[in-house]
Amino acid sequence: MRIITVIRQVLDAEESVRVRGGVVDLEGSKLVMDTMDEYGVEEALCLREAAPGETPVEIVALAVGPERAEESIRTALAMGADRGVHVVTEVTLDAIALSAVVAQVARDESAELIFCGGQQADWDSQALGAATAERLQWPQATWTSQLERKGPMLVGKHEVDEGSETFEVELPAVVTTQQGLNEPRYPTLPNIMKSKKKEIRKQPLEAFGVTPKLKVLGAEIQVKERRRKILDGKDAAAAAEQLVKMLREEAGVIA
Amino acid sequence: MILMVAEQMSGVLSKSAYELAQAARQLQSELPEAGEVTALVLGSGVAAAASAAALIADQVLVADLPALAQYDAEIWSSAVAQIAGEGEAQVVLIAGSRSGREYSPRVAVKLDAPLLEDVIRLQYEKAGEAGDGTLRAEHYTFLSRVTERIETQAKVVVLTVKPGSFGTVAPGNTPAEQFDVDLELPQRRLKVTGSIKEKTGRIALTEADVVVSGGRGVGTQEGFAQLVEGLADQLGAAVGATRAVVDAGWRPYSEQVGQTGKTVQPKLYIAVGISGAVQHLSGMNKSKCIVALNKDADAPIFKITDYGIVGDVKEIVPAMIAELRK
Ligand SMILES: Cc1cc2nc3c(=O)[nH]c(=O)nc-3n(C[C@H](O)[C@H](O)[C@H](O)COP(=O)(O)OP(=O)(O)OC[C@H]3O[C@@H](n4cnc5c(N)ncnc54)[C@H](O)[C@@H]3O)c2cc1C
Ligand SMILES: Nc1ncnc2c1ncn2[C@@H]1O[C@H](COP(=O)(O)O)[C@@H](O)[C@H]1O
Repeated sequence: MRIITVIRQVLDAEESVRVRGGVVDLEGSKLVMDTMDEYGVEEALCLREAAPGETPVEIVALAVGPERAEESIRTALAMGADRGVHVVTEVTLDAIALSAVVAQVARDESAELIFCGGQQADWDSQALGAATAERLQWPQATWTSQLERKGPMLVGKHEVDEGSETFEVELPAVVTTQQGLNEPRYPTLPNIMKSKKKEIRKQPLEAFGVTPKLKVLGAEIQVKERRRKILDGKDAAAAAEQLVKMLREEAGVIA
Repeated sequence: MILMVAEQMSGVLSKSAYELAQAARQLQSELPEAGEVTALVLGSGVAAAASAAALIADQVLVADLPALAQYDAEIWSSAVAQIAGEGEAQVVLIAGSRSGREYSPRVAVKLDAPLLEDVIRLQYEKAGEAGDGTLRAEHYTFLSRVTERIETQAKVVVLTVKPGSFGTVAPGNTPAEQFDVDLELPQRRLKVTGSIKEKTGRIALTEADVVVSGGRGVGTQEGFAQLVEGLADQLGAAVGATRAVVDAGWRPYSEQVGQTGKTVQPKLYIAVGISGAVQHLSGMNKSKCIVALNKDADAPIFKITDYGIVGDVKEIVPAMIAELRK
């Protein structure tokens, strides 16, 4: 069985965002594999480890993005993925356009399972997994917090608006991840060394013939002015009294 | 046609439907050529929801079928795409709920349409001869820290509307006409084998004016009940939690606020023992007034706080409850 894990390289959540000239400026910022995608890579590894000796499982890490995205593929390879596919482009694709690329790679690779982040930390989109599933005419399980393979079936749990559901779905399928699915492993030094020799196939985006239908006009950071009135709570009663008074009289947010 | 998918829960029209109607009416006023606002109600036993929808739309299409008793992404997207295709919808509005955001991409792919996700503002302009409008929208990116402006030109556009962004329409007096629709639906492939409902008796998190949320700083599950629920009861507020608290099993996931939980923007948000990780802030940083109680003066939450107290929540919260009771 072949599993594709979709990798996105995003701004480290600890870094502050900067906008310059109407675009988010990532120059000089720390970029990492999206944590949501780490869950996907880890889960693929777990599925393989849970069924040693059965059908061989090959794990392919796929990234679509500029040259630097290769770093995140390397991270996936160092975690244990077998090889990488890098569709190289400077063009920013929206999720619907990107799903056409992911679906095509899945077809080329005869993959049976795709992992994708539940929401990407850069464009705050939740659409990639579902759009890819639709293009392949596969079912999808989104926001998955538990997963197990039983023969041709995936059995798991996922989170919905008010609570969670247990589910069964037959492969092939798209699974999107959620925090709590697993604890991604750290690459060990020997695995980092080994990963340097693993293959990353490069393909130009042009080979896929996709054009984004969305145009980004601009971006800005709208900072809401906050009052920043912070009281010392050593005397709890006095601080509470003052806070409640301010909330009532100054902010007018409680009766 | 401007198609809006009116969500219902247990037969009751959801608040999101009134928000979609508001957005749809705005688009209609900007581009009258787009035509009627058509509400689509999907489900089983949804007569009441359909009647409610008839007071906010120009016409209502109802698919009241046993096969629609339970939500499924493939079935929902198939239904919506059929109706949008047959009615030559120019815009398809879907609620930015978890399910809405899950099936809307499939609708977009089926219609070969662009998808605008979780929009907070919209503007419609007439463009070419073909009548294709230019739709401009704003949405948040980078864990809700950046506001991005996007634009698309297409025969049909699919969009999801961020809850709480558009206000609600007031229902009219004369109900619009309702039509039953026939649909060809696919088989369900994701089999739901069990469901854990986590609805509490409290006011819904995303609809509350006041939210009191607790983090690991409340110490224990009992501490959460005493401090966070205690304060929420006093204020008639909804209860929220951080991922750390949900992971610890102190609170259900349905109460989680943040990137991978719910987004709230109440008039007042009180963070009790919450550090303010960017993933949490992403779910509440648009709140109108933010209050933080934390013993660490350097906790990141204080950077976006209007009012705060540096101190032990075990002392501060009981003092606040006592003060509010006065
Ligand atoms: C992909 C991903 C998605 C995530 N999604 C979410 C999400 O949706 N929502 C979310 O909340 N998190 C999310 N997280 C987790 C997030 O990064 C933080 O780990 C989490 O928000 C921390 O929760 P906390 O503030 O309760 O705990 P902590 O960070 O441990 O903070 C506890 C705070 O309590 C204070 N404190 C302790 N004792 C006391 C006391 N007696 N009195 C007063 N103050 C006290 C401490 O000073 C500290 O600031 C996500 C993480 C990842 C990687
Ligand atoms: N989608 C994402 N959401 C949140 N954090 C992310 C995301 N992608 C990458 N990160 C990073 O993951 C780190 C959290 O990792 P950890 O401490 O291992 O849980 C954050 O500090 C961010 O740098």
